[in-house]
Amino acid sequence: MIIFSILAAVAVFSAVMVITRKSPISSAIYLIVLMCSLAGLFALQGAFFIAALQVIVYAGAIMVLFIFVIMLINLRDNDFGIDKRKIQKYLGFIFAAVILLQAVFITGWAMKEFSNETESAMSSEFYQSPVDSLDQEDYLSAESVAENLFMRFAYPFEVTSILLLAAIIGAFVIARKSDPIDDEGEET
Amino acid sequence: MGFNWILISPEIAVLATGFILLILDLFIGKSRGFLLTAVSFIGIMVALWLNYQNYSIMGVGFQGIVINDPIGFYFKIIFCMGTLLTVFISSTYVSREMKGMGEYYVLIFIATFGMMVMASSADLITIFLGLEVMSIPLYVLAGIHRGRLRGREAAMKYFLLGAFASGFLLYGIALIFGAYGSTNLVEISQRFLFSSGFSGILTGAGMVFLLVGFGFKIAAAPFHMWVPDVYEGATAPVTAFMSAGPKAAAFAVLFRLFSVFQPVISDNFTTILWILAVITMLWGNLLALSQKNIKRMLAYSSIAHAGYVLIALTVGGRDGISAGLFYLLIYTIVNIGAFSIIIFFSGKNEKYENISDYAGFGYKYPFAAIAMTVFMLALAGFPATAGFAGKYKIFVAAINSGFIWLAIIGIFNSLVSVWYYIGVVVSMYMKQPRDESPTVILSMTLMVAVLVAFIGTVYLGLFPDDWIALSDWAGSHYSWASIVGSLVR
Amino acid sequence: MIVESILIILKVVVIFAALMTGVAYSTYFERKVVAFIQHRIGPNMTGPFGLLQPIADAIKLLFKETFIPNMSDRFLFTIAPMISFVAACMTLAVIPVGDWLNIGGQRIQLIISDLNVGILYILAVTSLGIYGIILAGWSSNSKYSLLGGLRSSAQMISYEVSIGLGIVGVLMLSQTFSISEIVRQQSGSIFNWYFFKQPVAFFIYFISALAETNRNPFDLPEAESELVAGYHTEYAGMRFSIFFMGEYANMITVSAIASSLFFGGWNGPFLPPVIWFVIKVIMFMFIFIWIRGTLPRFRYDQLMRFGWLILFPLGILNILITALILVL
Repeated sequence: MIIFSILAAVAVFSAVMVITRKSPISSAIYLIVLMCSLAGLFALQGAFFIAALQVIVYAGAIMVLFIFVIMLINLRDNDFGIDKRKIQKYLGFIFAAVILLQAVFITGWAMKEFSNETESAMSSEFYQSPVDSLDQEDYLSAESVAENLFMRFAYPFEVTSILLLAAIIGAFVIARKSDPIDDEGEET
Repeated sequence: MGFNWILISPEIAVLATGFILLILDLFIGKSRGFLLTAVSFIGIMVALWLNYQNYSIMGVGFQGIVINDPIGFYFKIIFCMGTLLTVFISSTYVSREMKGMGEYYVLIFIATFGMMVMASSADLITIFLGLEVMSIPLYVLAGIHRGRLRGREAAMKYFLLGAFASGFLLYGIALIFGAYGSTNLVEISQRFLFSSGFSGILTGAGMVFLLVGFGFKIAAAPFHMWVPDVYEGATAPVTAFMSAGPKAAAFAVLFRLFSVFQPVISDNFTTILWILAVITMLWGNLLALSQKNIKRMLAYSSIAHAGYVLIALTVGGRDGISAGLFYLLIYTIVNIGAFSIIIFFSGKNEKYENISDYAGFGYKYPFAAIAMTVFMLALAGFPATAGFAGKYKIFVAAINSGFIWLAIIGIFNSLVSVWYYIGVVVSMYMKQPRDESPTVILSMTLMVAVLVAFIGTVYLGLFPDDWIALSDWAGSHYSWASIVGSLVR
Repeated sequence: MIVESILIILKVVVIFAALMTGVAYSTYFERKVVAFIQHRIGPNMTGPFGLLQPIADAIKLLFKETFIPNMSDRFLFTIAPMISFVAACMTLAVIPVGDWLNIGGQRIQLIISDLNVGILYILAVTSLGIYGIILAGWSSNSKYSLLGGLRSSAQMISYEVSIGLGIVGVLMLSQTFSISEIVRQQSGSIFNWYFFKQPVAFFIYFISALAETNRNPFDLPEAESELVAGYHTEYAGMRFSIFFMGEYANMITVSAIASSLFFGGWNGPFLPPVIWFVIKVIMFMFIFIWIRGTLPRFRYDQLMRFGWLILFPLGILNILITALILVL
């Protein structure tokens, strides 16, 4: 519980820092910290596989590309046109506050409701999510992740691959030089 | 493990066509245009045929993720029609303006695949994935013409707002997952029995967010801001594609979601949809009145048409859904038809896209002008055109279900819309032509597209019975419980 | 409970100390071997055969002035070498250096933590180690450093994929992520080594590992002929030496992983397991240095082309063939 609190605090803190830092590179670094603390939270649940993937994919690969791009175009602190329109800023705060209140309200409601009302429903056979039906250890292992990914969710998995393909083709179409004939598709 | 590949065979056909085009584009030289169009045509025909084969084997597959029901079946026909017409109207345009970019077709086919996934998916995750597979090619297509600065601006706007809308959508999905512990619609509908007041509230909140997300895609009124700029900025064939298929796909999901969640969401949703429909219709029609650019005008008109379909969504049930299906089919054909004429007239670099540029075309190009007149009348909903049949069905459905005021507002809006649609016709026939005349694009494929759309418009206007029967059949399968009961286990 | 905790701490201390000694003497080893390759003698003045040279070097570096360049990001500048070094050391935690030991009725496994996702842990930690180099390049506020950091990040991203693909070849045969389990599977005959079952995977892994550790022929991030010293141009004194140690620690780790995954780890006849493990690691270190002494540096486009157009397809092909054989 203590470790959980620390990790959660780090995660929330760095999430706030990500959006408040002015320098893009420190935002990116806080994002890395955020990813790592999320991985810690996963590991705390016993999901080592997911935790490792979280670090490898997000912190290790995607964020390196982020930082690579930031460094490549050499963004410094003042390169963002800072938005002076105050009204939108305040509206944003109000909107965020409403969402936050809603989340708190729903969570509070959930705690109250689940404690008294739905317990019987939860225990009935219909209210068993796939998570419950496997035992904890098994659910979190690489085998069961693979089983779920390639059997139960095979179709969404394949659709995701098409999504990535579409993104690649799209990026290629946007990024290539004006004359499509003389270009070999050199990565920048 | 049942991977019922046969259920998704139309999707596979579309995707395979996309891949073939992608590879083909590598190997064929400069005389690409025709071959690519031919392959696309064959691919779409195969997909339509496979879809027709699936007519008899409705079912749930892939562990309850794919659902092949009459509504999905019907929507796949709409998507195939839209893609087919788009390919035809694009052919010359692509080879002339974009030096024959093969990726153009690939992106269109991938987007079509995404729409099909959306329409026949029974899982919120897959719906979201389908939406993204559809959207990402669209973002790119909006800015695919490199020479057009407006196109790039359109792509950027579309992308940013689209990403924002996707965020709403995901949040909504998360809330619904929180309520039922599953993203699968079949599983969710089985758990309604055990739902508490709490999950009802979560579902309501989730549905609001989903409505925002999809409202963006269908261009419903408060979320429509991107539509005019993107429709104007993108090249005409892309705009035609964008205005037909994706809108239908988003509606497909909305129809499905609202019929699934019918038992648990409160009646307030009818009011929300009611208001949304009215605002959308009014906003679209009133702003279309003052447009000078024809693509912008059609953009606002497409907002207005989304409003009419929202009436069908508000009505819901068998009548509403069948009316909505029928209307979307007609809108797809008529709208792409109208855009094909715009391409015909627009000239190099789309120089001539103001309504006033159309002055005198009626005598210069009589056949094209007649086709345009028919399309405009159909969009306005004149009797004896397809548009009338569609609108009639929606308004009758609304009146039968007691939404009399909604029907009256709808009819009033149709009357308003006549003004700006007729404006184009007036400009073509009754204004003096300008001195400089645009070079029109004449090509076989474009002619075929115009012809197909023209025949479709007239045919559906005069003899709509077959298709109305098909829509009614599809609409009568709206009841989720019956599908789930008959298909699962 | 207490005994276990003490044991773990003890293991950490021993392995860390061994690593540090290894790092110190691998610099000596490298200089000696390279000297031998180039017909020189190498360090021979400090102590017998120059054996005290690493210690002298360490003292020199410790007493050098450390400074932080003007206009640089002080925090990142300070923390960058540490990231790189710590990541290199952390990897060793999941590598078994020997079999179970019985000491006073206590069974001890010669591994700090036998994670069941050991390989993924290694991949995760090494991928974090990159940040040391990238951030060093960024925070120095110098164009050479920035270029070094850029090159490094592009290179790491490219070759990390191949490392993963190489390892997958072994994973498909072993059916486990646990390294101690993989090593155990290779016991018995020498032909149980995964090197003989997955030679292609080994070469993919080893070449990519060279690139991951920024060793010659992939040492573009610190190419002295173009970039002065690449990402650590602005570093001096202790901070520089931490980078230096990180690089050698990385080499040792990579060698340890290679010997564990492909060459049977601590398995071997006659000698105690730990000795076998050390021998194998030293062998790989020698190969590292040998390559450095004999091969010229890649050009940058060659590096990218090689990574994406040769190693990457080869890795996928290897996986496909392995899968086919496994299925049939």
